[in-house]
Parts: sequence; structure tokens; C-alpha cells
Amino acid sequence: MADVSLRNVSKAFGDTQAIDDLNVTIKDGEFVVLLGPTGAGKTTTLRLIAGLERPDNGSILIGGRDVTKLEPAMRDVAFVFQQYSLYPHLTVYENLAFPLRSPSRNFTEDQIKARVAEIAKLVRIDHKLENKSTKLSGGEMQRVAIGRALVRKPSIYLMDEPLSSLDAKLRGDLRLELKRIQSELFSTLLYVTHDQIEAMTMADRIGILAEGRLVQIGTPREIYTQPANLHVAARLGQPAINILPAGLLPADAAPAGTKTIGARTEHLTIEKATNGHADGTVDWVEHLGDQNHLHVTVKDRKLVTLAEPDTAFAKGDTVTIRFNEPLYFDGAGNRIAG
Amino acid sequence: MSAAAHSVVEPSSTSKRIAGTLIILYALISMIPLFWIVATSFKTPPDSIAYPPKILFTPSIEGYCNLFTTRTRQTPEYINALPPAESFCDETVRKRNMVIAGPSNFLPRFLNSVIIAFGSTFCAVFLGTLAAYGFSRFRVPLADDLLFFILSTRFMPPIAVAIPIYLMYREVGLSDTALGMILLYTAVNVSLAVWLLKGFIDEIPREYEEAAMIDGYTRLQAFRKVVLPQATTGIAATAIFCLIFAWNEYAFASLLTSGTAQTAPPFIPTIIGEGGQDWPAVAAGTTVFLVPILVFTVLLRKQLLRGITFGAVRK
Repeated sequence: MADVSLRNVSKAFGDTQAIDDLNVTIKDGEFVVLLGPTGAGKTTTLRLIAGLERPDNGSILIGGRDVTKLEPAMRDVAFVFQQYSLYPHLTVYENLAFPLRSPSRNFTEDQIKARVAEIAKLVRIDHKLENKSTKLSGGEMQRVAIGRALVRKPSIYLMDEPLSSLDAKLRGDLRLELKRIQSELFSTLLYVTHDQIEAMTMADRIGILAEGRLVQIGTPREIYTQPANLHVAARLGQPAINILPAGLLPADAAPAGTKTIGARTEHLTIEKATNGHADGTVDWVEHLGDQNHLHVTVKDRKLVTLAEPDTAFAKGDTVTIRFNEPLYFDGAGNRIAG
Repeated sequence: MSAAAHSVVEPSSTSKRIAGTLIILYALISMIPLFWIVATSFKTPPDSIAYPPKILFTPSIEGYCNLFTTRTRQTPEYINALPPAESFCDETVRKRNMVIAGPSNFLPRFLNSVIIAFGSTFCAVFLGTLAAYGFSRFRVPLADDLLFFILSTRFMPPIAVAIPIYLMYREVGLSDTALGMILLYTAVNVSLAVWLLKGFIDEIPREYEEAAMIDGYTRLQAFRKVVLPQATTGIAATAIFCLIFAWNEYAFASLLTSGTAQTAPPFIPTIIGEGGQDWPAVAAGTTVFLVPILVFTVLLRKQLLRGITFGAVRK
């Protein structure tokens, strides 16, 4: 394991600037998640580190060694592809053994056997080792793909939305599993996703990418409570943060220059209107079972917030709304630190 | 079954039966010449030229005896003075006042065909696979123009360049050599091989090689371990097409080979000249000549079908 740094890395595909002057360091043993929408440059970042793409500018260091011009095989990284990419002509066992059979490594057949058995157990695929890799379910294929990366002990594991094509339950299971494996092995891991729950639950640090640039990087808590700008704020939180123009609702504490107020559930205190004064009307109560989504109309604006499962609110209720230390943003969308 | 429930209407059993009958009929008609050749090869020379033609006849392997041997005419007295015939062929030719003088040239010619056809197929497929992989995976400058150029070599019938090739071969000493024929057939086939194989390799996702390269393999090793095993169907289909061409090629073979490197196609017609109109021997030569390609095609028929429908069926 080793730390990995990208220094001023840029990469364009034709006219599209996929990565724009990216600087990021993943520390030894750290689990970093890159979060961003499609086309933000997440996958390109992984491919640059793996050596599947060459940067136009900048350098990539793995364990202090400049690998910018090295072939993928010489970089000592492991990659989990979004589409599994299991070798279709090989069995599960041979897929897992494939990286160990590389001519650049010298493992005896016994060592390979032991290692594959160990990893197969870890990713719970040991009962299907003799299956053709094409004769597996999606979840099994994904576990083999992760296993094929884990079978080695590389400088860094790179994972490209490895859970995105699985169903919700399996995704939840594997998420925990992956985090467990990572902390047990103390491995360095760079993980790419557009799923905020994956990012929040697994990451030591989250990097938010947008249009090939790193907008913000920090612990999940930092990213959530102190987003650098509106873009970052909008990426995290369920239901999504309410973006309201300043002045829509009374906000006495708003610092000068506030143009937009971002309010998550915990930033809003909503009560039934009692003395004739009301800020908005309950539009709809969305019952999710363990919680409710409360849709409130304020003038022509819609607002979504969480409510208790046994909420007393009903459609048509008039309510008062107060901010509770919300997030303030200036005209450019950057947060004004309170 | 209402038509509305099925946007695609299943063909009725009657139309299926009619189609089946037509196909079988067509197959039978196509197979008549083949049947005739095989039947003739088992006829005696008089039976083979009998009129009206004999459908039913007593089979004989005289044609095969004549195919593999050369014979000399002798007087009946001479033949009677010989020790008893050792083989069936011996006996058969003696009835026609002849003795076996030695083996014919058919076997060496046939072996020439095997060497040249399989050799050129191997070369064309080998070069074609590498070129197709290069075109498929790398940013080759002027790739489209190069591919068009490669294809353009098929625009004219190869025999159009027969004279220049004949003169060139005479100049460099490749006339009537197996090497010369292998080079020639490889050159003709490699364009087909590149185009067919490029399609097959394009279908193999790059991610497999990328995974292999990250797993510690060089590109060449990844190609061997990951791409080749998945391209076997395409390679087999391409190999059959190349082999059929090289095996059947007649024009160049008769022009450029006359002796040691002569292949079977130009040799077979010459059989007829050796001792009258020996149709059974010619037919026997043709039948033997058909066998390897038949076996090869039957063995690889699935791949061949895939090769033919290639491009029509997309995932």
C-alpha cells in the first residue's frame, strides 16, 4: 500500500476537457470516494491512475514514484470495472488466479490456490469456483470482479462504480462488506460513484468532482455540513437540499451578500400556523413508512423536508417556517462561512 | 391465437413444410454433380462412358487404382508369364493387358495442395489477426484509407494480375515453388482475413485487455491470453474461407506450377490423358480432393455459419 498523488493533471478527449488541472492525494490506507455526476471525470481519473489513459499534463505519483509514463502492468494497481469485465472464457477460479499468474509475478501453484481460496471466501464466492464466469448472477460476477482485485496486494485499489448495476439489497450488503474488507486489510482505495449513500457510508474522505475539477474534498461530515458551494450542497442529503432565494422567508441571521439560502431538513423548523400568520401550505405528505416527506409550498416555491412517521401535518395545513442555522450562499453560489 | 397478440406472426406449419421441401429439393439438385462424380469414380471405364448413363452399376475401384498408379501396356503372353497378382489393383489392370509401372504423381500433387493451402491459410490468418487487432485497437494513422486499400485488392479478379506475377515469379525464382504459391495465396487472402477478423475483434470489449494489463500483463500477453481465446470463432471462420479459396484455386496454380510444386487442381485434368479417356480416375481424383475440405468444413460448420451470417446478427 502507498499514497497516490495527482499533480496538476489534465486530460482532454478531442474538444472535451475531461480532467482540468486536478490535484488530489490519497493517503496510505485511506478510503477516498470521488462523487460526481456522469461526465464529471470520475472514471477518467481512475483510468489515468491505472495507466489506461495518459495525461496531457501533470504527473501521477504512486508511493512517491512518478508513474506518469509507466505501462499499467508496471504500476501495481488493481481495478474493478463497472461492467465487471470478467474473462468470459475462464472459470471463476481462473479469473481470480489470473492476476497471480502474470508473468511478472512468481507464485507457485500452491500459493495461488491458497490465495484464491482465501479471497473467494472473503467475497463469498467459494462455492462457485468451478463455474464459468458467464454463468453467474450479477451480484456474483461483481463479487468475483472485486475478488480479482483483492487477490493482489497492490499500492491502490481503483473501483469504478462497482455496485451500480446491483439491486438495492445486494448493494447495501456489499457496501458494508467492502468497507469491512478495506478496514481489515488497511488498503488504500479510490472509489468512484454517483451514489451519495455509498460515498457517505464508506469514505474516509469524499472528493466532489464537477466538470473535471475537484470542487471540494473532505470528510463526509465536512462535505455535508460545510459544502463549499451550491453544487456540493446539492450532491448530499436526502431529500435534496432546498435552494431558496434570500428573502423568501425571514432570515435575520443571514450575512451580507447572501443571495441564496440552502436549507436541509435539520435547518427548518416547521409548525402549524396558529395566530393567523402563515409562511406556506402543506402540499402533500409522502408516506415512506419509516418517515414522511413533507412537501410545502411557499409562495411559488416548493420545499421538501422530512417529518416524523406519526406527523400531525396533513394536506392543506398552513404552516410557519423558521430557519435554523441554514447554509448561506453568495451570488456566485459559494457558501458564506457563518 | 390472435394476430393482435403477436406482432411477429409465426409461420404456419404448412408454409414451414413447403419451405423445408424447397430447401431439400435445392440441396438434392445441388448435390447431383457431386453424386455423379463420386458414382463415376466407382465405375469401370466402359460403364463411365455408357449411353444411356448407368445409374445402377457394379462398383469397382479401378478408377482409384488408375489414379494412384502409372501403368504400361504389355502383351498377354508377358502378363501370363508374371507371378500371380499381389493386389486387387494388380489384378484389375492385368485384365486390361497392363501392368503397374509405379506410383502416379497424384499423391505428391495432393500433398502440395495440402502444404500450400494450409500454409497460406495459416499465414493469412496469422497476419490478418495481428493487423485486425492493430486496426481495431490502436489509433492507426489513415486507418480508414489503409483498410480501404486492403479491401481494394479484392476489387479485381486476382487472375487479372497473372501475367505480371508470372513474369515477377520467373525473375525471382518463385515459379513452381511451394513458397511462391503460399506467398501468392496469402497475399490474396490476407485482405479478407483482415476485414473479417477486424469485425470479430471489434466485438470483443477492450475492457478485458485493460483488465489484463492492469493485472500485470503486457499488451502482447493480454492479446494472447484474453483476446485470442475469445476470437477463436472468428479465426476459425476466417480460416475456412481462406482454406477453401487456396484449396480450390486453379488459374494461378496452372499458370505458375507445372512440376514439383503443382497442386491437385491443375493436375487432376491431366489424369485423363494417361491411357485413353479415363473418367473414373479423374472422378476418383476429384473425390479424394474433396475429402479434406469436406472434413474441415463439417468440423467447423458452426463457425462457418457464424462467419457467413457475420454482421447480420448483432447483439
